[in-house]
Amino acid sequence: MTGREPLWQFLTVNPFDAGCAESFAMLDRYAERVLAGDAESWFPDVAAHLHVCATCAEDLRGLLHLIRETS
Amino acid sequence: MSSADWVAELRPAARDRERAIGELYVLLLRAARAEAARRGPRLGIAGAELDDLAHQAAGDAAVAVLAKLDQFRGESRFETWAYKFAILEVAQKTTRHAWLRAAPRGNGDDWEALPDRFGFSPSEASEWREMFSELRRAVQEELTAHQRRVFEAIVLQDVPLDVLVVQLQSSRGAIYKTLFDARRKLRAALVAKGYMNGVGSER
Repeated sequence: MTGREPLWQFLTVNPFDAGCAESFAMLDRYAERVLAGDAESWFPDVAAHLHVCATCAEDLRGLLHLIRETS
Repeated sequence: MSSADWVAELRPAARDRERAIGELYVLLLRAARAEAARRGPRLGIAGAELDDLAHQAAGDAAVAVLAKLDQFRGESRFETWAYKFAILEVAQKTTRHAWLRAAPRGNGDDWEALPDRFGFSPSEASEWREMFSELRRAVQEELTAHQRRVFEAIVLQDVPLDVLVVQLQSSRGAIYKTLFDARRKLRAALVAKGYMNGVGSER
């Protein structure tokens, strides 16, 4: 397989992708479910978005870091 | 303080609201500083410059939390809910700051660099030259002007989403949706020409 795979992944959209606004609205609940180990089953559309949106995924990493540091 | 206490004490009619707002600012400043410290090194921002951005972020996050207080439903801890506003503000401010401070971008051909961005080796890039020509044609002819601008900025010029939000006076969600629609059109164009046969899986 050639480098087409990453290009294909980028061009292939997921119709269940929640998008940035909806994902941000749910990010606090999603982060707490990540720590509980079941975020993807609770919020599959947010999970789909976070798999492809580096900006929102970085926000989640920051939020998880904060929760772990302060709890 | 419990989540219910936070909400009650931050309400406009609360008796000691100013004290609660002060505590909220302390909470958000701690969060903003932690997030700034996490992001700063990668962006080349440190010291007083980074701390100044954290203060600005904490202030703007406090405004956002107070404005959206009615939207908090208690479905997460109040602190977790409030932290995300600090995260967002730090993300936007540090990304924009680093972008504006960076050296001017080169004038090279962004399309020539595209194969490498997607992990094509030089020999693969040569082998798939016609596919990239088709992709370029589709960008020029099948995207709307706005979709083309967003695609070129994010994919060809590597402009961060939060920078483009300011440049286009838009929002993350609107720009993401524009790119989402562009990706779908471009994929269809490549599929129609048979370039993606046997790659990946349909959704």
